[in-house]
Amino acid sequence: MRPSKYLAAGVALAAALVAGGALAQAKEQFVPANGYWVGPYAPGGSGFFGGMLDYFLLLNERDGGINGVKLTWEKCETEYNNARGVECYERSKNKGPTGATVVHPLSTGITYSLIDKASADKIPLISMGYGRTDAADGRVFPYVFPLITTYWSQNTAKIKFIGMREGGMDKLKGKKIVNLYHDSAYGKETIPVLDVQAKKYGFQVTHIPVPHPGNEQQSQWLQIRQIRPDWVILRGWGVMNPTAIKAAQRVGFPRNKMLGVWWSGAEEDVIPAGDAAKGYIAAGFNLPGTSFPVVQGILKEVYGKGKGEMEDRSRIGSIYYTRGLVAGIVTAEAIRTAQERFGKGKPITGEQMRWGIENLNIDEKRLKELGAVGLMQPLKVSCMDHEGGGAVKFLQWDGAKWNVITDWIASDQSIVRPMIEESAAKYAKEKGITPRDCKS
Amino acid sequence: MAGPVSFFFEVLFSGLLAGVMYSLVALGFVLIYKASGVFNFAQGAMVFFAALTFVSLVERGVNFWLAMAITLAVMILLGILTERVVLRPLINQPPITLFMATIGLTFFLEGLSQGIWGAQPHGLDIGIRDEPMEWLADRTGMFLSQFDLFASGIAAVLVTVLALFFQRTRIGRALRAVADDHQAALAVGIPLKHIWAIVWAVAGFVALVAGLLWGARTGVQYALTFVALKALPVLILGGFESIAGAIVGGLIIGASEKLAEVYLGPYVGGGIESWFPYVLALAFLLFRPEGLFGEKHIDRV
Repeated sequence: MRPSKYLAAGVALAAALVAGGALAQAKEQFVPANGYWVGPYAPGGSGFFGGMLDYFLLLNERDGGINGVKLTWEKCETEYNNARGVECYERSKNKGPTGATVVHPLSTGITYSLIDKASADKIPLISMGYGRTDAADGRVFPYVFPLITTYWSQNTAKIKFIGMREGGMDKLKGKKIVNLYHDSAYGKETIPVLDVQAKKYGFQVTHIPVPHPGNEQQSQWLQIRQIRPDWVILRGWGVMNPTAIKAAQRVGFPRNKMLGVWWSGAEEDVIPAGDAAKGYIAAGFNLPGTSFPVVQGILKEVYGKGKGEMEDRSRIGSIYYTRGLVAGIVTAEAIRTAQERFGKGKPITGEQMRWGIENLNIDEKRLKELGAVGLMQPLKVSCMDHEGGGAVKFLQWDGAKWNVITDWIASDQSIVRPMIEESAAKYAKEKGITPRDCKS
Repeated sequence: MAGPVSFFFEVLFSGLLAGVMYSLVALGFVLIYKASGVFNFAQGAMVFFAALTFVSLVERGVNFWLAMAITLAVMILLGILTERVVLRPLINQPPITLFMATIGLTFFLEGLSQGIWGAQPHGLDIGIRDEPMEWLADRTGMFLSQFDLFASGIAAVLVTVLALFFQRTRIGRALRAVADDHQAALAVGIPLKHIWAIVWAVAGFVALVAGLLWGARTGVQYALTFVALKALPVLILGGFESIAGAIVGGLIIGASEKLAEVYLGPYVGGGIESWFPYVLALAFLLFRPEGLFGEKHIDRV
């Protein structure tokens, strides 16, 4: 061959490699797994991302991805730390053929830190059951999705539950409720909505903070004993939860009158408290168990092939694990929705994903197809409503497992929505954001 | 319902008993400080490591006492290894160097614990119910937990044994000599390496006891490392070198933080007990920089 022929052949080969590489890349959808697998909050992080990534593995193994587009991910350890969460975000945002599709920060603090950045980068944030409540107003927060149930919605469902237990909402008048909260932005988030409800229903609410990390609560529970409340709402995180349950036992407060938020309602929150946790009740937007067909599918298609994220298989089906599973389902269904609009079998961009989440509609029929009936509630998101569900079930710990004790209890949107819109409008004014017109 | 006076005493006694729990952690710091003049940053990690090792063994079917013995052996081994690998190369270095080494040891121990046993929280039942004593509640209206009294008893035994060890034994006196001056102690024939290994092993034992009692209350999980934060103001107040100081400091801190939280907290939004002990300890430093029972250092200039 003459030198020019070598050159031509080389160029052709290089072109083929580049094209081939691009084609191979083009069939991948990158979703960062920025979570935490070590440190004090590792049980939550490892369970959640275990469930989410196992679902992605199931789709890849069983279906060859979503319409042929394989899901890919990379883990980045945030240690539940805001600065590291931002660092992981920056590191992951340009990976994959179309950059980061969506980010699950799994931390209210990291979510707050990323709202401006992600909105500017056109990468959606899903803060499922945490994060900024007023982001449910999609007109002001187009890229933020506090999906399924926000803290405020959950809180109104809790008061409804207490009303049901007391024999009617009118029976709440004169009752005493203590809100025992983690002294942080996360902990304080529900104070306003509780105050509004206290006024509406005539109960008395006392907010008692517990300083981080919450491993000593004697003085708080002595105050609670003085107040003699009818109910204690526990808004804890990490070690604060079992400590609170144990401290309740120490002052003789009945555990079946303690109502935890879903971050106080996992196996990891009650097992360390031992027998003291028997009868304790917590809210949930995902239910535990391994009997769901989707979990069975994971056991067969993923773990059956020697793959899977969970080293400790006994954790499959736990609360944190199924919460991650729900996150995986929501993420994959949004990608599927976006593909239907922007091209099946092609990776989507963050901007297209935003559309996919905003037009997500997981009804009962779809839940059945997914093998997730009972695992989660139906979800319909819109431009106006970035929450999409709002209902809550309550679970009670019997010393060995969580038992579901209610049906889905709808939140009181007549209280929550005006508060969301007022707060979002205030944020829009502060930031100079012109809210979108959702009618157009 | 308890009256205001009875409630005041309930808060006070609860605080004193909580203080004993802080003292248990503080004791580990005091031991190391007495023997090497080093603030051992890794004490919290040692508490976590000991409790996690113990509970993991029990969950794997090992008998309670055997698990205790194995964990103690592991802690002694850890003490010897710490001396051999971390401290021996740093003999006669400034205290800040040794302190930095203990920071490294902290990260190592935290990672090692989770690497071996996993990051999941565990429940720990040591057979003492954490419930109010009914006979006391019936007679006085005060709810005090029998677990707290048990912890106080354990602390009392520990302090007595350690005080006797330091005051009455040759090793105890040697430890105090080593703390004063490494080189001088070596010069008069005190086997520094052995002394350090012994004291780290004893600190490991104290960490195990603290880990079991704290772990029974909060569950055995990573957050056990945070109990060290509760020991710091106790040490500042009681003095870094005094076993009696650790106990008295713990009692003062425990009682004052509970009284402050209950009686002052509501006026300032609550949640003050995380910083109140530090403010108290700092205020105390103004009057007695060496702490209540600390040794006064007179330096020639």
